[in-house]
Amino acid sequence: MSENNDTFSVAGREFSSRLLVGTGKYKDMDETRAAIDASGAQIVTIAVRRTNMGQNSDEPNILDVLPPDRYTILPNTAGCYDQKTAVRTCKLARELLDGHNLVKLEVLGDEKTLFPDVMATLKAAEELIKDGFDVMVYTNDDPIIARELEDMGCAAVMPLAAPIGSGLGVRNPLNIRTIVENAKVPILVDAGVGTASDAAVAMELGCDGVLMNTAIAAAQKPVLMASAMKKAIQAGREAYLAGRMQAKRFASASSPLEGLFF
Amino acid sequence: MNIQLNGENTPVDDGATLTDVINNLPLQGSRYAVEVNEELVPRSEHDRYHLKEGDSVEIVQAIGGG
Repeated sequence: MSENNDTFSVAGREFSSRLLVGTGKYKDMDETRAAIDASGAQIVTIAVRRTNMGQNSDEPNILDVLPPDRYTILPNTAGCYDQKTAVRTCKLARELLDGHNLVKLEVLGDEKTLFPDVMATLKAAEELIKDGFDVMVYTNDDPIIARELEDMGCAAVMPLAAPIGSGLGVRNPLNIRTIVENAKVPILVDAGVGTASDAAVAMELGCDGVLMNTAIAAAQKPVLMASAMKKAIQAGREAYLAGRMQAKRFASASSPLEGLFF
Repeated sequence: MNIQLNGENTPVDDGATLTDVINNLPLQGSRYAVEVNEELVPRSEHDRYHLKEGDSVEIVQAIGGG
């Protein structure tokens, strides 16, 4: 595989950037725009909420800042704790994006951990796929569930690295590797990345991409962190493709021993 | 009659359509989607969708989120 045309595709759409970013928690729309620009992301997530009835109507909408003709908008079901609200959210998103059917499904199980409710996630995924959605699904780092979601027809499976917004990095690299090795659909680490090295680790494990929000938005300098993440994703991907050396317990001299003159 | 509009008790004319309600809101030029009683109502049906007393209308938009 050439590094120059190393694209990844999800649900028939092709992307050169493997960094997907959320658009929440930024100071304002200018910072959102600058950080997303620096990240090089082509897929950006949004949330669906009640319209603001008149208050702050001057404030630009996220879709004015990130126009759907330039970015692939990935509506999420953040805040949904059951199948029904997740499916309603996706239908509303498809309507407001003129039939765009790519969604990020997350059905949460617990406010403290924001871990997924896997049973409800499976049911919601099935209902959405039947209704014609391309579903990128947030789940835990369980290879069996990941396989089930793939078999059901999810467009991409997105195991967490660590709890949403925790910044703890990839807590279970062996499971992530197993999920990647088993999969024929794209596997993206979604949630839990804290800094650039975490993103590189996910990519070195063979993930097709990483989705993050807080790691960039909650950095002291979000725009600089967005740039760091872009590089980390590229570096991790190239290292994965390059095939790393075997780690050894003891040293192996890098300079030849022949020709020593002492 | 009264409807619930994004959770707020809101008076509207008897027999008002969704379009009537939406036209009274500062939504021009923005992207939104509408549910009545937890069911999506596509844009193409707003003109002929007549609301009933107590209907629960949700109008949503995209916002920043992760």
